[in-house]
Amino acid sequence: MELVAIDRMRFRWPRSGEVCLDVPHFAMARGDSVFLFGPSGCGKSTFLSLLTGVQTCQDGIVALGGQAWSALRPADRDRLRAERVGYLFQTFNLLPYLSALDNVLLPCRFSPTRAARARQQAGSVRAAGEALLRRMRLAPTLWRQSAACLSVGQQQRVASARALIGSPELVVADEPTSALDRASKDVFLDLLLSECEQAGSGLILVSHDESLAGRFRRRVALPDLNRARVPEEG
Amino acid sequence: MIGPLWTLAIRSAWNRRASLLFVMLAIALSTFMLLSVERARNDLRSSFISTISGTDLIVGARTGTVQLLLYSVFHIGSPPNPMRYASIDALREMEGVAWVVPLAMGDSHRGFPVVATSEQFFEHFRHGRGKTLAFASGRVFGTTFEAVLGAEVAERHGYAPGRAITLAHGAGDGFGGHDHDDEPFQVVGVLERTGTPVDRSIYVPLQAMGALHAEVLPGLPGHAASHEHGHDHDDAAPPATVTAVLLGLKQRSAVFSVQGRIARLRDEPLMGVLPGAALDELWAVVGIGETVVFGLSLLVAVTSVAGLVAVILAGLNERRRELAMLRSVGAGPRRIVALLLMEGATLVGCGMAIGAVAYLAGMVLLRGWVQARTGVDLQPWRFSAGQARWLAVLAALGVAASLLPAWRAYRLALTDGLAQRT
Repeated sequence: MELVAIDRMRFRWPRSGEVCLDVPHFAMARGDSVFLFGPSGCGKSTFLSLLTGVQTCQDGIVALGGQAWSALRPADRDRLRAERVGYLFQTFNLLPYLSALDNVLLPCRFSPTRAARARQQAGSVRAAGEALLRRMRLAPTLWRQSAACLSVGQQQRVASARALIGSPELVVADEPTSALDRASKDVFLDLLLSECEQAGSGLILVSHDESLAGRFRRRVALPDLNRARVPEEG
Repeated sequence: MIGPLWTLAIRSAWNRRASLLFVMLAIALSTFMLLSVERARNDLRSSFISTISGTDLIVGARTGTVQLLLYSVFHIGSPPNPMRYASIDALREMEGVAWVVPLAMGDSHRGFPVVATSEQFFEHFRHGRGKTLAFASGRVFGTTFEAVLGAEVAERHGYAPGRAITLAHGAGDGFGGHDHDDEPFQVVGVLERTGTPVDRSIYVPLQAMGALHAEVLPGLPGHAASHEHGHDHDDAAPPATVTAVLLGLKQRSAVFSVQGRIARLRDEPLMGVLPGAALDELWAVVGIGETVVFGLSLLVAVTSVAGLVAVILAGLNERRRELAMLRSVGAGPRRIVALLLMEGATLVGCGMAIGAVAYLAGMVLLRGWVQARTGVDLQPWRFSAGQARWLAVLAALGVAASLLPAWRAYRLALTDGLAQRT
C-alpha cells in the first residue's frame, strides 16, 4: 500500500472559491524521500497541509496509509496526524521553557503509538530521545539546556529529533534549511535523510532551493503536478 | 521527562510567571473588593436594623411609625405628641409585659439631645446583636441631678465624671431656647462607644426632667411646681408626660397581641411600633446608599474582569505560538483546552484564595475599630448568599477569560502551526 496517495484532488480556499490545487495523481511509497519544489506562492505549504489532513480537499481523495482524510472527523484527523506524521519547520518551534531533550520527547506525550515504538526501539522513551540527539550530534551537555539557549543549527537538530522520535511513517519538512548556512545545510540533510531511512519513514521536504534535490530519491516540481493556474501571490 | 499534562502546564505557566502573577493579583483584588463591599453592605444594614434591639415595642402617642422611631431612637425630626405619664402604669400592668422604660426628650446640652429616663434603661437597652450598654467610667445616675453621657458627648467636650453641666430647653444653642442655668447636673458616668445615637445622648433621671419643667410648664399637676428650685431634688416627681416608652415582653411571640391591646387602650390613643419592622421600613428610604454600593460592587467586578481579560489578551500572541507548536506535535484541541483550563482554574482559584484570606485578615483586624467608630459590627466569619453569588460570577468569568486563548487556538493554531508564515 502506498504511504501517501492522491487521486483527482481539487482544492479551493473556502473564501476565494477558486481552485488553487488540482492534482490528478501523486503517490509516495513507505521509506520514499521526495523533494518538492516550486516558486514561492505556488501552493507548496497548502499541498503539505492537504497531505497531512490540516486541510481537506473538496473533490477527490487524499489518503495517508490508506486512510482518506476527508472520511475522518476533525478529532480523528488530529489523532491520526499525531500518530503518523512528524513535522519540521523553517522556524523550529521549540518550547523555550523545556530542555532540548524534553522538546524531543514531546510527541510521545501526545501519541501513544509513537511512545510505544520509541520504547520498543530503545527501551524507554527517554533513551530513544537521547539516542536521536546523539545521532544528531548534539553534545550531551546541551540536552538539559533550555531550548532557547541553543544556536540555530542546534535547534534545527533538536527539531529534527523531535520529528523523528517514535518513527512516524511520514516526516514532513517545510523549508527546514532556510535558516542554515551552506555547510550546515549539507550536514543537516545527510543526518535527516539517513535517520529517515533507518526508521523507515517517508520524507517529503519542501523547498525552493533546488540545489538540495540531489540527495533525494525523487524530485517533484509542484507546478508540474498542479493543473490549476495559480495566481501570483506571496 | 514525560509526565502528566499538568507538568507541562506548570512549566508553561512558570515561563510566563510575571504576567500570570498580575492576573492572579487582579483576581485577588477583585475578590477582596467584592467580598468586602458585599459584607459591608450586609453588616451596615443589619447594624442599622439593630440600632435598637431587645426592645419589643416602642410605644408613643398616635403618629407616624417612622416619626416616633426617628425621634425616640435617632433624636431627629419633630417631637410626636407627648403621652401621659399615667399611661406608663397601664402599660406596665398589661398582660405579657416584662418591663417598661419611659423616655422624655426635649432638652439639650450644647446640641446633644438629653434623654430623661429611668435606671432600667441601662439594664434593658440593647443594640447590635444583643449588646448591653457598658460604662467606660463612672456609674448609673442615682439622685435627680446626675447625668450619664454618651461616648461622643464626653469625647467632644472632654467631660468626665465629676463635671457639672447645664441643660437647655429645646434643641438648641440659644434660639428661643431656655437655659436651666440654675440647675446644674453632675456627670456621674460615661458610656462606652456603641456606634448608635446613644453616643450622642445625655441621660438624666426622669425626676430631673419633671423638676426642671415644672416651672416651665406651669399648671401641670405634680410636685415640682409647688416648691422653689435650688434645693436638693431627690424627692422630685416624674414629669407629667413622656415622649415614648420602650417596652419589653415576657415572650416575644406575644408582640402582636400586646400591640393590639395598646391600640385599644381607652384612656389615651397610643400605638406600639415594632422597632425592627420600623427600622426596616426606614432603611428602605435611607438605604439608597445601599444601591449605590451595589452599583460599586458591580463596577469593581466589571473592572477586574476587564483587567483580567486585558492581561490575557496581551499574552495571547506569545501564547498562540506556543499552542500552535503543541498542536503540531500532536496535542489535540481537547488537550489544549484542558491545558488552558487547568491554568485558568488554578489561577482563579489561587487568586480568589489570596483575596479571601486578605479579606478575612482585614475584617478581623479592623473589626474592633469599625465597631467603635461607626457601630457597624462586621461579621468576618459569616458568608452571605450575595458574597457567594459574586464569587461564583468572578470564578466563571475568570475561567471563561482564561479560555479565550483556547478559542483562538482552536480556530488558528492548526493552520498557524502547520503552515508557518514567518
